[in-house]
Amino acid sequence: MTKPNTDLHNLTIAELHRGLQQKQFSSHELTEHFLQRITQLDTELNCFISVDAERALLLADEADQRLANGDTADLLGIPIAQKDIFCTRGMRTSCGSKMLDNFVPPYDATVIARMQQAGAVMLGKTNMDEFAMGSSNETSYYGPVKNPWDTNTVPGGSSGGSAAAVAARLAPAATGTDTGGSIRQPAALCGITGLKPTYGRVSRYGMIAFASSLDQGGPMTRSAADAAVLLNTMVGHDPLDSTSAHAVCPDFTKQLPKSIKGLRIGLPKEYFDQRLNTAMADKVHEALQHLTALGAELVDIELPNSALSVPAYYVIAPAEASSNLSRFDGVRYGYRCENPTDLEDMYTRTRSEGFGDEVKRRILVGAYALSAGYYDAYYRKAQQIRRLIKEDFVKAFEKVDVIAGPTSPSPAFALGAKQSDPVEMYLEDIYTIAVNLAGLPGMSIPAGFINKMPVGLQLVGNYFDESTLLNTAHQYQQVTDWHQRSPID
Amino acid sequence: MQWETVIGLEVHVQLATQSKIFSGSSTAFGAAPNTQANAVDMAMPGTLPVANEQAFHSAILFGLAINADITRTSVFERKNYFYPDLPKGYQTTQLEKPIVGAGTIELIDGDNNIRNVRIHHAHLEEDAGKSLHEDFHGMTGIDLNRAGTPLIEIVTEPDMRSAAEAVACFKKIHAIVTYLGISDGDMSQGSLRCDANVSIRPVGSDTLGTRTETKNLNSFKFIEKAINVEVARQIDLLEDGKAITQETRLYDSEKNETRSMRSKEEANDYRYFPCPDLLPVVIAEETITALQNSMPELPDQKMLRFQNDYGLSAYDAGLLVEDRAVAEFFEAVTQQCQDPKLAANWVMGDLLAYLNKADLSMSQSPVDASALGHLIARIIDQTISGKIAKQVFEVMCGSGGTADEIIEAQGLKQLSDSGAIEALIDQVIANSAPQVEQYRAAEPDKRKKLVGYFVGQVMKMSQGQANPGEVNRILAQKLNAQN
Repeated sequence: MTKPNTDLHNLTIAELHRGLQQKQFSSHELTEHFLQRITQLDTELNCFISVDAERALLLADEADQRLANGDTADLLGIPIAQKDIFCTRGMRTSCGSKMLDNFVPPYDATVIARMQQAGAVMLGKTNMDEFAMGSSNETSYYGPVKNPWDTNTVPGGSSGGSAAAVAARLAPAATGTDTGGSIRQPAALCGITGLKPTYGRVSRYGMIAFASSLDQGGPMTRSAADAAVLLNTMVGHDPLDSTSAHAVCPDFTKQLPKSIKGLRIGLPKEYFDQRLNTAMADKVHEALQHLTALGAELVDIELPNSALSVPAYYVIAPAEASSNLSRFDGVRYGYRCENPTDLEDMYTRTRSEGFGDEVKRRILVGAYALSAGYYDAYYRKAQQIRRLIKEDFVKAFEKVDVIAGPTSPSPAFALGAKQSDPVEMYLEDIYTIAVNLAGLPGMSIPAGFINKMPVGLQLVGNYFDESTLLNTAHQYQQVTDWHQRSPID
Repeated sequence: MQWETVIGLEVHVQLATQSKIFSGSSTAFGAAPNTQANAVDMAMPGTLPVANEQAFHSAILFGLAINADITRTSVFERKNYFYPDLPKGYQTTQLEKPIVGAGTIELIDGDNNIRNVRIHHAHLEEDAGKSLHEDFHGMTGIDLNRAGTPLIEIVTEPDMRSAAEAVACFKKIHAIVTYLGISDGDMSQGSLRCDANVSIRPVGSDTLGTRTETKNLNSFKFIEKAINVEVARQIDLLEDGKAITQETRLYDSEKNETRSMRSKEEANDYRYFPCPDLLPVVIAEETITALQNSMPELPDQKMLRFQNDYGLSAYDAGLLVEDRAVAEFFEAVTQQCQDPKLAANWVMGDLLAYLNKADLSMSQSPVDASALGHLIARIIDQTISGKIAKQVFEVMCGSGGTADEIIEAQGLKQLSDSGAIEALIDQVIANSAPQVEQYRAAEPDKRKKLVGYFVGQVMKMSQGQANPGEVNRILAQKLNAQN
């Protein structure tokens, strides 16, 4: 009755669910299969910071027990990789930093708790840019993740470990977090599907904060249908997070099969100007043709303040980060320097030795933007711009249902290519950042290849309307197969 | 030169909420270090604050009590600085949109004169933990039990002109928050603390001098002393032709002096910004109405009522209402004995003197209001004299028992039988021939003084139990009649 396990890693979540329910394979077997793939392939890819096989198999056995008892929860028994930004009780949560290399949380993030309740099996914790600050995964204390499509290139960041793990079939699905594009950009660069929900959809409790007003967790999967299943488990108000929304949570799989005939897709002229290279523009237009063939209408729109989103973001996000990261002081947990001579020395060396360059850079920028005499010119101004950007979107959504464009300016670049130029690196998120500033849901779906490297189409939805995004993406994935391509035979 | 003192206060009031301002940990005082600090209080990565509604209600009550504007949408901000007992590296507080706006505190003196101290605003914030510098062999221990305890910080305008006025203002704040029940007001546990901004200027000048801020004054006595020594220091400096430095100072109660902590130049740049983890708090009109309706009688109202209903002087009423427990005790005593003036005298006199000496609070009084009322009733019905009552009170405080039991057991019942008193008086007169002669020879207006000797003798013979009124009446009769 057991199918040969060799192609278990190519099954969708729905297929895995069916297989588990029909006892074609057990969660234990499934988990072992993925653990084996991690052992085989991850030495090179470096997707995982921590893998606890024993714990994973224990969770799988519990899931098998629940399956035997007739439990039919959608994620029951399905292995999931968790970004190492989500606190996991009893398992090291490093956030990609030396600062937390020894940190074992005594609590679970709400996302982890909900997944565990649903019976998902945590395979391990995925690599990421340090404190989620980066667009290439090169700032991780644990070394860069390699893009499985070409291991000389970056997977994107900061959720690069999750993106690469899903692309390389080391996990059927993973979680990510997105502050300025950290789910969508690596999803695009690794050829997978990534969804950043509306701000407030997914609890931030236990998700180590980078920029609190922008951070949002979401699913990273191979398809929109898989993302909908994960999202169902992740969302919902959390009394532990005051910023989590009380909004109604629909079953996100419900609208997937709906036709998109008549769907109005907005094309912001600012996303298609001369800065977008031709190859990327071609891919986006090709994707849009599929959507119009399905009955969608294209509408030209304007987002006049888009150009201000990167500068505004690089004031607001570092400002919040400079404060959020103050708690890493060597006093209560995490890294502490050797033999401090006094308090000042302990603070200075702990933070100098515990943080990497990019984190330090952003703390400095953020502290500067908030300091006396500069607050009005930087932080307050950036917040005003943020409101304008939000208003642009609100206005646009009076005319359209979804906004489309490229996810990133180009496909994956070579490891080290942008490391010496932070601004060049920051421009990786030029198309994704505004979505975080506005708090809207955004998605990246595979839209083909440029020079054998995947690129993504970004879809942006209205507040709390992830269903329309998933519906659009799913319909697109019914007529394309980019999302089924695998980098590894 | 004549100098005028200008004082503004920043008063920190610990709120008596069950749990902390942003976490579910208990706020009870005195637990073993770090046993009342959860993951949020320890600022573990990824943890988030959830605002305590009770803390808002407490702050709003205070705002209503001082006739302040209640901010309908108030915002928490982060005040960033590093200190080991500040786990997040920032204090969550309010700056631009505090929950309580401008209001007024009235200081009423013993002659019913009112002086207003304007309140600039009051805001909600979290307390820090404690650094323990002893017992750790040159290292510092950190106790985070107090971290996250809700505080309101009340900031006055520089409206006070003397240390005594500053103390009166602080006492009024203490009275208001304890009347409202929003703080236990226990200063020995740091429930109320105060920073004093002090400056001086030549009398008649209307520009403010350079101020210093003296930190962490935690008793009425220290506020007064610290301000007085700081004012003296500033006067010395200016009269020596020196300048005052704007700085933060610390009061050393042992040496009775203030000393510099840090100057303005060394002050932190706190990099305030709105806390992104907490949404702006919107207060519904219904909440304010409900709180307004739940408002208990406040000290000023009570003071007025004590004067009107009980005929007390403004001074006595003012003293009684300073402490809600004392005021309530007084009312209960009055209810029992039906004599408000005697009740006031006893509560403010013997009872408070005893409690002060024994270092007890009102709630720890060994004599409850009903027992004291009974004792006073025995004076009123002439069972005992006021003097004997003091003796009975001491026994009640010491070994307990009701007034009646003690009077009975010790045979302290007053002698009011005029026949028996007359017999004693006859005996005294018979034994005091020279004094009687002197009395009778004296001018009538000098006699009053001389009668004291006879009263004393009679009281001595009766072991203090003769009814003093009767003694005086019969003595006068006898001494004057035989003239």
